Amino acid sequence: MKHLILTAAALALTASMGLAQTVRMGTEGAYPPYNFINDSGEVDGFERELGDELCTRAELTCEWVTNEWDSIIPNLVSGNYDAIIAGMSITEERDEVIDFSEAYTPPDPSAYAALSGDVDLEGGVIAAQTGTIQAAHVAGSGATLVEFATPDETIAAVRNGEVDAVLADKAFLRPVVEESSEMVFAGDDILLGSGIGVGLRESDGELKTKFDAAIQSMKADGTLNALITKWLPDSATW
Amino acid sequence: MFSFCSDPTALTDAQWLACYLTTGKHMAFYLSFVTVMLLLLITAPVALAFGFGGAVAARSQILPLRWFGKTYTAMVRGVPDIAFFLFFVIALDQGLEWINHQIRCPDWTDPIRNGLEFRVCPQAKIPLGTSAQTWHEAYNFGLAVFTFAIVFGAFAANVLFGAMQAVPRGQLETAEAYGMTRRQVFRRILVPQMWVYAMPGLSNLWMILVKATPLLFLLGVEDIVYWARELGGAKTQAFTYPHPDWRLYYFLGLLVFYLFLTKASEVFFERLMRRLTLGQATLGGEGQRTA
Repeated sequence: MKHLILTAAALALTASMGLAQTVRMGTEGAYPPYNFINDSGEVDGFERELGDELCTRAELTCEWVTNEWDSIIPNLVSGNYDAIIAGMSITEERDEVIDFSEAYTPPDPSAYAALSGDVDLEGGVIAAQTGTIQAAHVAGSGATLVEFATPDETIAAVRNGEVDAVLADKAFLRPVVEESSEMVFAGDDILLGSGIGVGLRESDGELKTKFDAAIQSMKADGTLNALITKWLPDSATW
Repeated sequence: MFSFCSDPTALTDAQWLACYLTTGKHMAFYLSFVTVMLLLLITAPVALAFGFGGAVAARSQILPLRWFGKTYTAMVRGVPDIAFFLFFVIALDQGLEWINHQIRCPDWTDPIRNGLEFRVCPQAKIPLGTSAQTWHEAYNFGLAVFTFAIVFGAFAANVLFGAMQAVPRGQLETAEAYGMTRRQVFRRILVPQMWVYAMPGLSNLWMILVKATPLLFLLGVEDIVYWARELGGAKTQAFTYPHPDWRLYYFLGLLVFYLFLTKASEVFFERLMRRLTLGQATLGGEGQRTA
């Protein structure tokens, strides 16, 4: 009997310890170089490397899961995973629904890519991914906004001539433009949002503290800057 | 996979393709075909069981049971599949967690519904936040199978109800004249004879079920449509095997797969129908007898 109670207690203890430590990291997995699924089927990219380092520093066990972009906030809120780390810029609208850690990138440049450099960016038809700061910017700029569920489809729309240009993070567009003979950057870069942060549930204050501390320590010793330079060559560093 | 795949930039076209088609990501794609087949093979019998239950309930002499049967078919059949899927899966998931929460954390004081958040205690999460990703996927798959079974069960209930009504009254009367009880008539005469009337409707349902499997994608299960889109999208040099937009070819592959599957089903149903018609008091049965 005593043995049984001890075993049960030990089990309960390990279970609760496990509960405190495993953090499920939700990402989109379709936005290289921020996050993408590499050829072996694993989540890879800037945020994979960053997230793993943050988890090591915060002494958390992390597990990566992917989720469609358009339901990424609702599924965090309903508890399918515990953190969003998916190139999500900190904005006021999002901050009303979820919490953010402090930013791990400075405001990131966004750019227009098109088939020619002289497209009409103010009055033309511009593609952007649904629910992004870029989509909000296009909607406010006077151009006609066409939204797509995945980043990949926004590029495909430019190539088929369905839209005049696409607005997205420059780090995402850069390899697309460089490797294509037909696509070029159009207009100037614009700075949108207040940097990218880890999205967390409002009630998860403890996790926020841990991530904040880990991000600060990475900023302090320069590892974060090294990661930014490696994966996002156009972005400013801290 | 192959030994020559270690440096993908220095490969001939054929080797490149061989390596490309055997990446870990493609293996996940091939595995997702198994997921779809598994869904079909589990859902079909479960839906048939739900349908049978629904049909029996709808014919029951007990009024509340009859109401239940009729309401089930009318309600589920009347709501668009996608709307039902999106609603039911969330409702089921939260319902299960809520019940689990009441059992495991009776002392919990924080509100479960807090603004937009639905938050049960960590011990009541299904599956637990600490469980491996496989369990989360299995749970999602289970929810999907159950939802498919509810929806297709409602249609099957209607088909089976009609089939039971179609069995010639004379057959049942004869059985009654032999002194069989209601229950015996049902089991020995009605059920064995109804299948031939139900078959056209049920085979139709199967076809619709086959074609509805991409709804899995909507429920967050990584099915063949998810992987086809993911693999087909243009890949830059950030990937080991860069390629332009190949979604067309991947979706074409899915098209062929589904056509093949439905064709095979048609052949199967034709044979089954021939077998079921044997000795039946229908035009087909009579045709087989005199042939």
